[in-house]
Amino acid sequence: MNGAMHMRYEIVRSIRNPLTLGFTLGLPLVVFLAVAGTNRHGTVEGISVPLYFMGAMAAYGAMLAAVQSGGRIALDRSKGWTRQLRITPLRIRTYFVAKIVVAYLVALVSLAALFAAGTAMGVHLAGGRWLELAALLLVGLAPLVVLGIALGHLLTPDSLTAGVGGLVAVLAMLGGAFGPVFTSGTMLSVVKFVPSYWLVQASRVSVGGGGWPGEAWAVVAGWTVVFALGALAAYRRDTARV
Amino acid sequence: MSILEVQVSGVEAVDLTKSYGSVKAVRGIDLSISPGETVALLGPNGAGKSTTIDMILGLTQPDQGWVSVFGLSPAAAVRAGKIGGMLQSGSPLDHLRVRELVALMASYYPHPLDVDAVLGLTGTDGFSKQWTTKLSGGQAQRVRFAAGIVGDPDLLVLDEPTAAIDVEGRHEFWQAMRAIAERGKTVVFATHYLEEADAFADRIVIMARGTIVADGPASEIKAMAGLRTIRATLRDADLATLAALPGVNSVDCHGDTVILSCSDPDAALEALYRSFRGVRDVEVRGGSLEEAFRELTAEHTPATQPDAKEREMMR
Repeated sequence: MNGAMHMRYEIVRSIRNPLTLGFTLGLPLVVFLAVAGTNRHGTVEGISVPLYFMGAMAAYGAMLAAVQSGGRIALDRSKGWTRQLRITPLRIRTYFVAKIVVAYLVALVSLAALFAAGTAMGVHLAGGRWLELAALLLVGLAPLVVLGIALGHLLTPDSLTAGVGGLVAVLAMLGGAFGPVFTSGTMLSVVKFVPSYWLVQASRVSVGGGGWPGEAWAVVAGWTVVFALGALAAYRRDTARV
Repeated sequence: MSILEVQVSGVEAVDLTKSYGSVKAVRGIDLSISPGETVALLGPNGAGKSTTIDMILGLTQPDQGWVSVFGLSPAAAVRAGKIGGMLQSGSPLDHLRVRELVALMASYYPHPLDVDAVLGLTGTDGFSKQWTTKLSGGQAQRVRFAAGIVGDPDLLVLDEPTAAIDVEGRHEFWQAMRAIAERGKTVVFATHYLEEADAFADRIVIMARGTIVADGPASEIKAMAGLRTIRATLRDADLATLAALPGVNSVDCHGDTVILSCSDPDAALEALYRSFRGVRDVEVRGGSLEEAFRELTAEHTPATQPDAKEREMMR
């Protein structure tokens, strides 16, 4: 067997969930239009408001997509589907790859929508900068994608529904998605260790020139590994009837 | 296939033990199921049936003992596509149509059955374009059955497969199941319905309190419980006198018909003819499976409980 059909139906199933999909794609877009539309010529820490919030909301949307895709796992588990899958020859690797691909696809759509809206709001970036920004957003998303999968295997659908929106909002806020929270001092150096910080700040480094500092790569890689180990442990442990 | 490759073992479990905290769910059971056999797992709630099934499927690791499926570990048998099943408490995956779900399950296996043939066999072809979330309980159960068999696994494990189906649907289910079993598949199913086990299984394994209390064909299980029933027509009989007859355990009556449950039917019959004039229409039957089941799984340890090891040696 190959995992092609599994992959295809995972994607199809996420598209057939228009309410969640619409919310995931729509919310960051609405926030962006509201904030950037009313303050097109202002600046945040030396960056134009539309640019700052385009990057920030792209990060927020991607995070929502990533963590929510993981949340669907909790639903599948509650239906006994995960247990059913485990007695088929489907490989664990294919299972996880499909989850990650779906999360990234939704995140990419969110990203494209925000970039289009940003352009409409007058954001100008050189071609290479767009790519750099997109690349950093996608890399910065990695720990959140894995976190979503881990949570999907740890929580029940009820606790996830309540928790996901809040968790993503807090992570986005700490990262500065709704405007910088800490601009100096001890708290700034602490918040730089939050898994979402560098994701939200991706737009900043694209403008300021250069990529992330080494510290950023380390934080993103570190959280990705930690959450991946957690997700794997949760998956292995998670054979019980829910 | 050369003669050396012929599979001789189906499911083998030795000293299988599993506890959840202080609860001993399964207490060192031995079970040997040959390829092609259809085995019913019977037992009251909490007997350890589902835990046993989970260990056979590799979903739960035993604390002690081991289980093999066609000579492989459960995990290896699963990877080879030799196991299929219909687990308890499942509802079909959402955001898919019935046919899509069955086709998806087929795609996981190396040599699946034809999807449309399976839809026909399981009676799901009539609503194959329906969303899986818009099905009645009975329809959903059939879809899960279709999803379980479409991979054409050698071992099919069904945990209470007819729990949500009405009587009519149950009949159709077992007809479809028979068609599968006749293809030489090994089938293990847990059920609450004794008549299903009686009618469909080659062999019945009764579990109680985490152990196997009886194991054999239905007729043997009934004999194990040691009960026979004498039915007779007898007008105005005194039930207390009947119950006091030698060899009689209990008495029941419906109008002029008396029913005696007997541990020694010969003695009871002789005494019945001697004590009562006008006894007519006498009929002696083996006890029902239900009576045997109640006797074998009762909270007290029944005097007739066979020792698992002893029976193993007698085979």
